[in-house]
Amino acid sequence: MHQVEIATTQETLLDTPEMVLNMGPQHPSTHGVLRVILRLDGETVIDLDCDIGYLHRGMEKIAENRMYTQIAPYWDRLDYIAAVSNGLVWVETVEQMMGLQVPPRAHYLRTILTELNRIASHLLWLATHALDIGAVTVLLWALREREEILKIFERQFGARLTCHAWRVGGMPNDAYDDFSTDVRRFVNNFPKRLDEYETVLSENRIWLSRTVGIGIISAEDAIAIGLSGPALRGSGVAWDVRKARPYAAYADMDFDIPLGENGDTYDRYLVRLEEMRQSRRIVDQALVKLPDGPVNAKLPKIVKPPVGDYYHSIEGPKGEIGCYLVSDGTAQPWRVRVRPPSFINLQALKQMCVGHLVADVVAIIGTLDIVLGEIDR
Amino acid sequence: MLLFAPIDFLNDLLLKFFSGDTINFVIWPLIQIGLVVTLVALWVAYATYLERKISAFMQARLGPMRVGPWGLLQPIADGLKLLTKEDFIPEKADRWIFFFAPYIAVAAAFIVFSVIPFGPDWAVITDVNIGLLLVLAVSSVGVLALILAGWSSNSKYSLLGALRSSAQMVSYEVGMALALIGALMFARTLSLSSIVAAQQSDSIWFVVYQPVGFLLFLVAGIAENNRAPFDLPEAESELVAGFHTEYSGFRWSLFFMAEYAAMVVVASVATTVYLGGWYFPFVYRLTEANGYHNLYVIVSILVFLIKASIILYLYFWLRWTLPRFRYDQLMDIGWKWLIPASLINIGWSAFTVFLAQALDISKVLHTIEHVGNRLNLTAAGKVFMIVMGLIGLIITGAVLSRINWRSRDFHLKTQRRNIRLVDVPKGKPAVS
Repeated sequence: MHQVEIATTQETLLDTPEMVLNMGPQHPSTHGVLRVILRLDGETVIDLDCDIGYLHRGMEKIAENRMYTQIAPYWDRLDYIAAVSNGLVWVETVEQMMGLQVPPRAHYLRTILTELNRIASHLLWLATHALDIGAVTVLLWALREREEILKIFERQFGARLTCHAWRVGGMPNDAYDDFSTDVRRFVNNFPKRLDEYETVLSENRIWLSRTVGIGIISAEDAIAIGLSGPALRGSGVAWDVRKARPYAAYADMDFDIPLGENGDTYDRYLVRLEEMRQSRRIVDQALVKLPDGPVNAKLPKIVKPPVGDYYHSIEGPKGEIGCYLVSDGTAQPWRVRVRPPSFINLQALKQMCVGHLVADVVAIIGTLDIVLGEIDR
Repeated sequence: MLLFAPIDFLNDLLLKFFSGDTINFVIWPLIQIGLVVTLVALWVAYATYLERKISAFMQARLGPMRVGPWGLLQPIADGLKLLTKEDFIPEKADRWIFFFAPYIAVAAAFIVFSVIPFGPDWAVITDVNIGLLLVLAVSSVGVLALILAGWSSNSKYSLLGALRSSAQMVSYEVGMALALIGALMFARTLSLSSIVAAQQSDSIWFVVYQPVGFLLFLVAGIAENNRAPFDLPEAESELVAGFHTEYSGFRWSLFFMAEYAAMVVVASVATTVYLGGWYFPFVYRLTEANGYHNLYVIVSILVFLIKASIILYLYFWLRWTLPRFRYDQLMDIGWKWLIPASLINIGWSAFTVFLAQALDISKVLHTIEHVGNRLNLTAAGKVFMIVMGLIGLIITGAVLSRINWRSRDFHLKTQRRNIRLVDVPKGKPAVS
C-alpha cells in the first residue's frame, strides 16, 4: 500500500524543538545546590530530572567511625535549618536502644525547643517560599521572628544554627535563668506576627493565583511516594509522628493536626502556617507544665547500646526524620541510616511539576521545603 | 530679581560671541540637555537609594547607613564600584550586540526626557507637537535592547528573559497607548506642554476626569518597566536575572540605570498627562503674577518633581508588597483586562465629551465655555465630567468582570479555603 506521509502543522510551520534548561546547582531558588534538569516546551515543563549529591559529605559513613556521643553534632548538619529537631532523633534512638529513662524535665525542654525549632524552620520556609514567588518583604519579616528564636537558642545552646542541642540521656545543661521569660515573650508576640503574614499573603490575589491548583498531589500518590510532614498533611492525610508514636513529652500535649484538602501549594502553605500556631500552643502548654528536677539520666562511662537494630523517628519540620541504627555492641555504631524527609519529599517534584511553567517549578520546590544538607547527607 | 540675574547675564554674555539664533537653538538647548541629563542621572541614582531606604523601612531594617550620613553617598559608591568591576563578556556571546545593547537601553530611556516639560518656559528642552507619540515610540525602543541583550548573551536564562520581556512589553505598550487616548480627548493635543497648559487653563487635573485611564496607565507603565509585580523578564528567583544574567560591571549598571530612568519616564508622563504636570493651584498667582518669573519656573519644577516622586514611591511600594505574576497570568492581565478596559475607556470618554457638547448645544446644561484648541469647561461641565468619569469606572469594572467571569483567576478569593484541624488518636494514617 502506498504510504502517504502527512506532515503535521507543527512540522510544516514552525520548528519548535524542546529546550533543556539546566536549573542549578547555582540558581537563586533551588534552595541550595539542587540541580534540576528541565525539558521545556516553550516555558511548559515536559519532563524534569533532579541531580543531587553536590553537598554529599558522607555523614552515614562518618558515623560508623565515631563514638555514639560524638555523632550527635553531625546530625545538626543534615537539616541545618532544624538542627535541634535533627539532634533529637539521634539521641532518642540511642536512649531508647539502651533503655535509658530520661527525666521528665528534659523531655519537656526538648518539646519546647524542638517546637521552637519547628517554628523557626517554618518561618525560613515561609521566607524563601514567598521570596521565590516574589514577595520579598515577607522574607525579612519572617527572619525577624526567626531571630527571636535563634536568640533563645544562642543563650541556651551557645550556638544559633548548629546547636548540638542534646546529649544522650538528657541535656548538656538546664534551661538558662530567663528561659521561660524569653520563651513566654515570644509566645505572646508571635500570633500577631503570623496574622501580619496572613494579611500580606493569604488573601492576596497574586499569591492565590500563584499557589492555588499548583503542584497538586493526591493523598494516594502522596502515600505511595512516601511523603511526610506538611507535604503529606496538605493532601489530607492525618499522619503526624507526634500523634502516632508520641516521643518526648508530646503525649501530654493538647494540639491539633492541620489538614489540607486539595494537596496544592496553597494548602501546604496554610497547613504550615497553622502548624506554627499549633507549635506555639504546644510551647505554651509545655512551659506551664514544665516540671522541676534533673535534666540528665545516669549514663555509663561509655555509651554502648546492646547488639541489635533499632528504628526511631520523630516529626521534624520537613517531615518524618528517622534513624535506623545497627549496633554490634561496641562503642561505635555498625551502621547508621538516616531517613531524610526532604530526600523523599523531593521525589514528588516531577509528578508535581510536569505540565506547569518554569515559574511554578520554583514555587513547587519552595513548597516542598527541601534542605540539601539532608538530601545529600 | 537679583536672584535670577545670572541667567540674563549669561544671555548677554553669550550674545557677544554668537548670534541670537545660535544661542536660542544651539547653546541654550545644549545647556538644558546637559542640565537635564545630569539631574535625571542624579535623580535615577537617588531613586535607587530611596528604593533601598523605603524597602528597608518596610522590612524593619535600616538600609544603607555606612557611606555618608544616612548612607547618602551610597549611590555614588555603588557607581564607582560598578565602574571598577570587570566588564565580562562571555566567550560565546555575540560580541558587538552584547556590547551595544545596554547603550540602546539607556538611550531609549534618556531621549524621552527631551520632550518632558519639567516646568514652564525654559524648563522644557523642546516642545514638539507630537510629544506624547515620541515618548511612546522612543520608550518602546527599549524593548529592542532587552531582546538584543538576551539573544546575544547566548544563555538560556537570558533568552527566556528576553522572550518574556518582548512579549510583555509589546502587549503592554498597546494598553499604555490606548489608556492615554482618553486624556487626549480633553487635551486635544499631543504636545506635552500643551497638555499641561490645558489642565492649567481648566484648573483641574485630568486624573479626576479620567480615573480609569490613570489607573490603566499606571499598571501598564509598571509592566512596561518590568517592575514588580510584573518583573518577569528579570524574575530573580526563576530566571536568575533574566536578560541581564550575563552582564556585569559597567554594562550591567547601564541596564540598571535604564530601568530606573524608564521608571522616571513613566512617572513623568503620568504626572504630565494626569496629574497636571508642573501645574499646581496658587503657584501662578503667588509668583508669576507678582513678577517673579524665574521663581515661578523653579517652584513649578519642584512641583513636578514632587508629583513624579509620589508616583515613583507608589512603584516602590508595590514592588515590596506584592508577589510576582506568572507569565500566562501576566498575558491574561494585558489582553483580557487592560486592553478591553482601555478600549472601554476610549469609548466612554468619547461618549462623555460628545454628550457634554450635545447638552451644551441643546441648551440643557451649560457645560462648555468655548471649544478651540482645548475644551474649556464651565463648573457644571467639570462636575458633569467627574460624575461621568466615576460612572465610567463602574462600567469598566462591570464589563471587565463580565468578560473574565469564566476565568479561573476571577474567583480566586472564593477559592481561599480554611484548613481542617483534627485531633487524631494514636493509630494508622487516615486518608480522608
